[in-house]
Amino acid sequence: MSQHEISLTVNGSPERVTVPSNMTLLTMLREVLVLTGTKNGCAAGECGACTVLFNGEPVNSCMMLAVEADGANIVTVEGLAHDGTLDRIQQKFVELTGVQCGFCTPGMLISARALLDRNPHPSAAQIQDALRGNLCRCTGYTRVVEAVEQAVSIS
Amino acid sequence: MPDTMNPITPVGENIPRVDAVEKVTGAAKFADDFQFGPGLLYGRLVRSPHPHAIIKKIDASKALALPGVKAIATGADTPGYIGLYLQDRHIFATDRVRYIGDPVAGIVATSEEIAEQAVKLVEVEYEVLPAVTDPLDAMKADAPILHPELGKYQVANFIFPKPGTNISNHFKIRKGDVEKGFAECDVIVEGEFRVPQIQHVPIEPHIATALADQSGKITLWASSQSPFAQRNLIAKALHIGQGDIRVVAPYIGGGFGSKAGVSMEACAVVMAMKVPGRPVKLRLTREEEFFTTFVRQGLVARSKLGASKTGKILAMKTEYYWDAGAYTEYGVNMTRAGGYSSTGPYEIPNVQADSYCCYTNHPVGGPMRGFGMPEIHWGIEQLVDQLAEKLKIDPRDVRLQNCVKTGSEIVTGWKMHPIGLDKCIEKATAAINWGKHEPASAPHKKRGKGLAIMWKAPAMTPNAGSSSYVRLNEDATVTIGLGGQEIGQGTHTVMAQMAAAALGVPIEWIRIATPVDTLYSPYEWQTVASRLTWSMGNAVVAAAQNARQQILELVAEHWNEKVEDLDIKEGKVISYKSEESLPLQNMVIYGLPKEGDCGWRGGPIVGRGNFMPTYVTGLDAETGQGPRAVVHYTVGCQAVDLEVDTETGQIEVLRVAAAFDVGKAINPDQVRAQMEGGVVQGLSSALFEQLKLKNGKPVNPSFVDYRIATSVDMVREIIPIIVETAQDDGPWGARGIGEHAMVPTAPAIANAIYDAVGVRLSSMPLSAEKIFLAMQK
Repeated sequence: MSQHEISLTVNGSPERVTVPSNMTLLTMLREVLVLTGTKNGCAAGECGACTVLFNGEPVNSCMMLAVEADGANIVTVEGLAHDGTLDRIQQKFVELTGVQCGFCTPGMLISARALLDRNPHPSAAQIQDALRGNLCRCTGYTRVVEAVEQAVSIS
Repeated sequence: MPDTMNPITPVGENIPRVDAVEKVTGAAKFADDFQFGPGLLYGRLVRSPHPHAIIKKIDASKALALPGVKAIATGADTPGYIGLYLQDRHIFATDRVRYIGDPVAGIVATSEEIAEQAVKLVEVEYEVLPAVTDPLDAMKADAPILHPELGKYQVANFIFPKPGTNISNHFKIRKGDVEKGFAECDVIVEGEFRVPQIQHVPIEPHIATALADQSGKITLWASSQSPFAQRNLIAKALHIGQGDIRVVAPYIGGGFGSKAGVSMEACAVVMAMKVPGRPVKLRLTREEEFFTTFVRQGLVARSKLGASKTGKILAMKTEYYWDAGAYTEYGVNMTRAGGYSSTGPYEIPNVQADSYCCYTNHPVGGPMRGFGMPEIHWGIEQLVDQLAEKLKIDPRDVRLQNCVKTGSEIVTGWKMHPIGLDKCIEKATAAINWGKHEPASAPHKKRGKGLAIMWKAPAMTPNAGSSSYVRLNEDATVTIGLGGQEIGQGTHTVMAQMAAAALGVPIEWIRIATPVDTLYSPYEWQTVASRLTWSMGNAVVAAAQNARQQILELVAEHWNEKVEDLDIKEGKVISYKSEESLPLQNMVIYGLPKEGDCGWRGGPIVGRGNFMPTYVTGLDAETGQGPRAVVHYTVGCQAVDLEVDTETGQIEVLRVAAAFDVGKAINPDQVRAQMEGGVVQGLSSALFEQLKLKNGKPVNPSFVDYRIATSVDMVREIIPIIVETAQDDGPWGARGIGEHAMVPTAPAIANAIYDAVGVRLSSMPLSAEKIFLAMQK
C-alpha cells in the first residue's frame, strides 16, 4: 500500500501525518492521532457515531479516506470545548441527561454543532431531521433534541 | 438491612450524571479506545456458512502461508464446553456447526485486512445436515436432534433439559385446577402470538482484546456487562484458575443484554493464547453484530384466558415455544422466567403453563432488555384486551380488578410483596385522558388509545452477589470500588448518591473506581436483570456505613465520647453532645494524634460491604410452586395515544404515559430517562424490528435493512410517572427499572391500533404494510 504524507488542521492544531491510501479518516483520527472520542459504530456510514466536521460540514469519517483530508480543517468532539469551557450544546447534554451510554454522543454533538452553525435558530423538526443520521439506542432521542433546543435558546 | 428508610440528601435528588462531562468531551474510554502499541495483533473469525453441518476437515495451510498471519485457533484447541446455566457451547465449533455464523476458527494476523483475507483462505469441508428453523418443528418427534449430547451437559439445578429431544428446558406451572377453572368461566378467549428474533443493536459493536503473557496470565479488555462472569466461565472452560484471568471492562457503548455472559470474548482469549506476549484485538463488524452475538429469542405463544361475567379472571393455560437458537446456555433461564411469570401481573387461581426452550438452527438466543417479558406480555396483554371486549368491561377496569396487589397469591404461590400496580394503571391512564375520545388530526387518520401492564423480576442465580469498598483519600474525597458496569443506565451516579448519603459527605467528593477490573474491583455477579440499584446499592451502602463506623469509633475515642452521640455531616464529624466538629481531611489517612505527643490512633479508612439475597428458593419441577422464586417484581403500566393513517397504515404515536413502581427513585430524573429510552426501544421493536431469517440465513444484517427508531421517530410526548412503594430489602426501598420500560410498549401500541381501526395483529412488528393490508380485509 502506498503511503501519503498529508497536512491538515485538527481541532485547531496543524498536523502532518503519513497514511496508507486505503486508511479511512476515522482510522487516522482514532489510531494515528489517537483522538478516540470519535467512535466506530458500523464502518458503513449508517450510524453516525463517527461524525466529524470537515471544513464545517458534518461527515461520516468512516466513509472518507484520510488522504481526502489533505488540507482540510477537521473538528472532532475533543475540539468542541474551548479553554475548559464546554460548548453550550455539551453543557445542555450534561444538564438534561442527553447522554446515557455515551457512544453516539460525540457524533450527535458534532451533527448538532453543524446544524447550529448553519442555522442558529432551528425548529424542533429541523433538529430531529439534522440528527436522523445519528442512531441512539439508549435515550429515545427526546432529551437529545430538547438539549439542542435549549442550546439554541441560550445563544 | 441498614436503616436506609429515611431520605437523606442527596438520595432522591436529580443529581446530573457523574459521567456526563467525560462523555460529552470524548474523554470517556470505551474498550476500543485502549492503546496497545505496535505489538498489537488483530483477529477475524471463520464462521459457518451453514445452519447445520458436520465439520469434516479444516485445512488452514493456505491461510497460514499468507504473510502477516501469525496463528489460527480452532475447536481442537478448546474441546470443552462453556455456558452460564447450561454448558452446551464450544468456544470454537468442534465437530458440528449449528447456525450461520457459528465460529469455526480464529485467525490472528498483523492487520484486520490480512486476517480477513486469511479467513477466506481457510478451507472447511462440511457435511450439510437438515436444519430446524421453527420451534414448533423442533418439537416434532422426527425432528433432527441438534444436541445429541444434551444429557451429558452440565446444568444448573433449576433447569430441566429433555435429553433425546430439542428441548433444553421445560418449565411447568400446575396451579389449582385449570379445567375446572375454565368450566366456571363465562367468557374465554384464546390466541397464538408470534414474536420474531430482534437484535439489541448497541451502537458500540462487540470488542475484546486479549493478552496471554509468557507466564500464562491472561488479561482481557472487553466491552462487557459481565467481567466477573466472563472471568469465571472462561477460566472453567480453559481449566485456568479464576485468579489468573483478569478482565478489564470500561464504559459500555450500549449492551441491552448482548454483552452479558460470554460470547466472542472467549474466542479472543483462545486466539491470544496462540501468540503469547502479543495482545489480539477482535472486533465485530456491524454485520456480525446482527446475528453472531446474542439475539432476542423468537417466541410462539399459545394462550387461553377465561373469566367470570363480573370480570374476575379464573383460569389461564399457556404454551410457550421459544425459538432459542443453536445454543441455549443463557437462554434456558429466560424460558424459566417466562414460565414463572407466565400469567403476567395477574392473580389467577388456576394456571397451567408449559415453557419450552427449543433448539433451532438460528442465531443464539440470549438475554435482552426485559429477559423474556416483552415477548410474553405481547400475547398476554392483547388477550386481556380481547377478554375485556367480550366482557364489555373497560380494559383498564379488568386490569384494576385482576392485577397483582400487595398480598395477592401469584402464579408460583408466593404472596406478593407491597406493590402499587393499581396506582400505576390509574396514573398512566389518567395522563392520556383514558376513556375520552379525542379527534384525529386529519380525516384520513384514526385515533386510538390502548394500555398494557407488566411485571418483571430480576432473573438470576438465586445467590447472585454484590460487593463494594469505600476508601477515603487525604482530601476526604471518597473512592467507591464496585464491580457493576456503567452501561448508560446511570449506575455510577446512583451509587455516588447512595454512598454520599450513607457516609455523610457531599456528592462532589465521590469518585468511582473505573474501569472495572477483576484484579482490583470487588466482585459483582453481572450487570443484568436491572439489579444494580438494588443489589450493588445495598453493597455500596453497607461499605459506606462500615467506613462511617470506623471513622466514628476513631473520633469517639479521640474525644472520649460515645459513638452514638456522633455523626458525619457534610464531610465533618460532629458531636451532638459536646458540639465539637472535626473535618475528615487527613484524619482518614493519617489517624489522630494521642494527647501529649505520645503516639497515634486510627489508620487509613477502608470500608467494606457486600450483599447477596439469601432467601430465594427453588420451585417444584412438576408444579412450579415454591416459597419464593424471585427477590421481587417491578411492575408498571403504559398507556398509548396514537393515530393510524388509513391510507398508508402508518402509525404515529402521539403520546405515551409510563408509570412504574420503582420502590424509591434514588435519582428521579434518571428513572424518567430510563422510562423514555425504554418506551422508544419498545416502540422501535413494535413497529420496525425483525431479524429476518430465511432457512436460517439472516437476510437483513445492516442498519439499512434492519431499521431502528431514529430521531424523526421519537415520541414527542412521553409522560414518565414514578410510583414508590418501598421494597423491604432495597436501599431506601429501591427496586430496578432499567429493563421494565420496554416491556409493555408493544402490546399497548397493538391495543391502541385495535381501538383506532379494529385491526388486531398477532405478530410483531406492526409494520405499516401489515396494518394497511389488515385494514383492507
